[in-house]
Amino acid sequence: MEMNQPIGRTPLDDRPDGLVGRPLDRVEGPLKVTGHAPYAYETRALKDPAYGFIVPATVAAGTIRAIDAEAARRAPGTILVLTHENVPEQGEKKEQVWPQLQGTEVKFYGQPVAFVVAETFEQARAAAMLVTVRYDAAKPKALLKDNMAAAFEPKPINSPPDSKLGDFEAAFAAAPVKLDVEYTTPPQIHAQMEPHATIASWEGDGVVLYTANQMPNRGQKALGSVLKLPPEKVRIVSPYIGGGFGAKLQAQPEATLAILASKVIGRPVKVALTRQQEFHVATHRSDTIQRIRLGADPDGRLSAISHESWSDTAEGDGFFETAANVTRSLYAAPNRVTRHRLVNLNMPIASSMRAPGEAVGQLAFECAMDELAEQLKVDPIELRVRNEPAEDPEKKVPFSTRQLVPCMREGARLFGWDKRQAPGSRREGNWLVGMGMSAAARLNPLMPSAAKVRLGPDGVLVVRMAMTDPGTGTYTILTQIAGEMLGLSPDRVRVEMGDTDFPFAAGSGGSFGAGSSGSALYVACDNLRQALLKAGDLNPDGATFRDGAVTSGNRTESLTDLAGSGLEASGEIKPGEMKQKFSQYSYGAHFAEVGVDADTGEIRLRRMLGVFTGGRILNAKTARSQAIGGMTFGVGAALMEDAVVDPRYGFFVNHDLAEYHVPVHADVPAIDAVFLPELDDKANPLKSKGLGELGICGAGASLANAIYNATGIRLREYPLTLDKVLKGFEEQEGQAQRRT
Amino acid sequence: MKAFTYERPATVQDAAKLAAERPNAKFIAGGTNLLDLMKLQIETPATLIDVNRLPLDAIEATQDGGLRIGALVRNSDLAADHRVRKDYAVLAKALLAGASGQLRNKATTAGNLLQRTRCYYFYDTAMPCNKREPGSGCSAIGGFNRIMAVVGASESCIATNPSDMNVAMRALDATVETMDRNGQSRTIPIADFHRLPGDTPQIETDLRKGEIITAVTLPKPVAGAHVYRKVRDRASYAFATVSVAAVIAQAEGGKPRAARLAFGGLAHKPWRVAEAEDALVRTGSADAAADAVLAGARGYGANDFKIPLTRRTLRAVVAQATRA
Repeated sequence: MEMNQPIGRTPLDDRPDGLVGRPLDRVEGPLKVTGHAPYAYETRALKDPAYGFIVPATVAAGTIRAIDAEAARRAPGTILVLTHENVPEQGEKKEQVWPQLQGTEVKFYGQPVAFVVAETFEQARAAAMLVTVRYDAAKPKALLKDNMAAAFEPKPINSPPDSKLGDFEAAFAAAPVKLDVEYTTPPQIHAQMEPHATIASWEGDGVVLYTANQMPNRGQKALGSVLKLPPEKVRIVSPYIGGGFGAKLQAQPEATLAILASKVIGRPVKVALTRQQEFHVATHRSDTIQRIRLGADPDGRLSAISHESWSDTAEGDGFFETAANVTRSLYAAPNRVTRHRLVNLNMPIASSMRAPGEAVGQLAFECAMDELAEQLKVDPIELRVRNEPAEDPEKKVPFSTRQLVPCMREGARLFGWDKRQAPGSRREGNWLVGMGMSAAARLNPLMPSAAKVRLGPDGVLVVRMAMTDPGTGTYTILTQIAGEMLGLSPDRVRVEMGDTDFPFAAGSGGSFGAGSSGSALYVACDNLRQALLKAGDLNPDGATFRDGAVTSGNRTESLTDLAGSGLEASGEIKPGEMKQKFSQYSYGAHFAEVGVDADTGEIRLRRMLGVFTGGRILNAKTARSQAIGGMTFGVGAALMEDAVVDPRYGFFVNHDLAEYHVPVHADVPAIDAVFLPELDDKANPLKSKGLGELGICGAGASLANAIYNATGIRLREYPLTLDKVLKGFEEQEGQAQRRT
Repeated sequence: MKAFTYERPATVQDAAKLAAERPNAKFIAGGTNLLDLMKLQIETPATLIDVNRLPLDAIEATQDGGLRIGALVRNSDLAADHRVRKDYAVLAKALLAGASGQLRNKATTAGNLLQRTRCYYFYDTAMPCNKREPGSGCSAIGGFNRIMAVVGASESCIATNPSDMNVAMRALDATVETMDRNGQSRTIPIADFHRLPGDTPQIETDLRKGEIITAVTLPKPVAGAHVYRKVRDRASYAFATVSVAAVIAQAEGGKPRAARLAFGGLAHKPWRVAEAEDALVRTGSADAAADAVLAGARGYGANDFKIPLTRRTLRAVVAQATRA
């Protein structure tokens, strides 16, 4: 199926009481909590593995003068030490998957410079620490702000880096109300629970990897390029993934190194990154510097919007943080500019992290809107309502659905927004208390995917696709879709995923996982329905599938009987004209209440609400989990996440979870997510839209705006930590003293 | 992790003997800090002496009305002990402000005394660090130093002691009891137990080779409001940016009559300045006390905020204690 027109009525519309939408518990949950769902590092499918350990570069720039690996080679249990001197030949870099141990140049701290393989993990790690590498170190280019002069226009990622409409400069100059502000966001680390891990083994002229990879089919191609193998000779198996958030969209160095070493020693090799290595060896989210200029009339109607963003990545890489992309669509204004510039630094490779672009773009832009509202003395919701566009302001096409205003209105009602007071005026004991809100929007893409279904003589429907479930709930929603389409209870559906031997799937990323894989499955199930009807010679008109049987006219036949020795069907989904003809986003509104300690400047979230629309909700429970998980990321981004660069050494100083803070339970009190009813018939046959990243979009900005409302202090450098609040307090106290 | 020899001696004196005789030996109890450091090869003991089965896990009343806490008493058990909660509340509060429930279940009293710094550069063996590798330099000076010291630091080291428990122990004037290889005991006042870095930041305590901590003794309870205020970057499971352990007794009218003030996050050891306590009692002013606490304080850039933060936190603590 190609999405060339709105989908019309479907079997999923027939059963409001059906499986789809129910808060079904995760179908693989019991396996996971009882330890029966093996993650990559734990799989026993490959026997007698050797253990690898990466030796990362300890300088950020320069060349390797010499590597002394003799002590490591002689250490107990060592089987192999790979360095640039003996690494097998490799092919071309593809996307962000680089050949490993290439030459003596060091591009960033953490770049693998040797790989030690031994009989046990402990031996490999101990031997790795015996490898001595001497460098001719160069002074690293490490900070974005110090290297802005080297910024360049990057190659497009899905869309061009720049956009322009009307005459921004003239409109901004003429605007009676202006805002011109700079926001910065720091480098962030995915901090997913399961580190990157791979077990690789060669079978004939191909390689099989048990690995943690959100997009196995994409991984096949990139690793194939690096290994000089056709993609089909790279089999990726990734049935369970302990969180990814973009860190596992692509194979990381551990996968390539395991494959290379396995080839050399003729034995499976397993390797996982340590938590410390995650910060440098794997990818991170770039820091950004963002300049936002808004021009408006005294009523708050925007005439000019400019959003410029600078980000950075490693030398030789082209990934940029698309922070201003969502600004192209969110608010109306006739004159507009967005612009992205990139700087190459001697820092690790930057890549996608949950809602790349929107997550940090809206941290800045949704605060700028709050600043404008404050300047105009207009309610922040009202300001956004006044700038609600009738159609996509840059693409000039209608929105497929857009319920931003209902989300804001419903959120305001549920949260008690009318109780918000003037900045710095609400105090409870030692706490300065404030409320803030922000809008959320996230692009809804549809990607090509395929699925195969087979109803066996045991009455169990087996679904197969190379889709993944990085903790999002994919197993569960696919079970629900297949179950409802064929009238089978969840225990009669078995979803098998995460294997490139299965039909192609888009994988989990970009908020397209559920919609794309679910739609492919929908089509496959629809085809199986037709095949079953044909097998029973049943009239398809008005046929209903429920309780393991199909009824048409006055006939009811058991599906097991119709399937005989087994009946199979496949399905495929492709994006089509709906993508061009309609602007497709998921929307939401965040509301946060924070307390700021009047003495210490400590900021604590007190409660938070997100109201969202994402088309048809496939599972009320996993959708809510996705939303509050994203909001929690937003809390981290607002208040604490900060991979600090030491420009002398070009590395992230606080590279462990003791000092790189993510929210703990105590940081996330009463937090809730609500979904408004919606169906999007332009999005996909499920009429659903992506939710995986919507929750983080704009979330942190609602906290920043709440801090302003609590204290009257506007902070523009994320994360918003107590030292920055203290500076604000001191300025306020200084001003108060001068007045008296 | 480097290979090591594991020993589990039967008596306290045997443990001390082993530690005295073996080169580069370390005691292990909860292991909540040591094991992490061993994995990173920051600690590379040749012998690990497991003391977990030694009979050092009792909390007993002393003859002069104090409390003797065995070296192996776990942080959770100490914080939950009814005598500690009633008479030494500042200690219970400090313990509960530290780490996480799981870590407190493992971590011991003596281990907490010996907890090593969280300096980022100490934790990365690729970086110069005088504490880890004497003579290599201090990366924190001129680097990112948000969690570093503002008082008592040296040109060699600006690391802080990360413990919450130690701050309360300092306010309570605890003493550390040890035993050596000959079975000889020694008591060390907590004030002398932890050292300032000077030009030997690798030497963190007054312990001698082979000496094993057997107990920490608290003198009889100190009257007054017990407050432990920990200022941190997230609501739980974060080391203090600044912390204050205070015991303040009030006279009529709310003015402090007696005060004990110890600070965490500021120095290489729990920071307590007698002049500050005198100033608070004499003037009733938290600012006067803060002046004494912060005499000679200097920031290194990212930790400059600790100076005003200490002042502000002390004000809040004094207000809380004199309101209570």
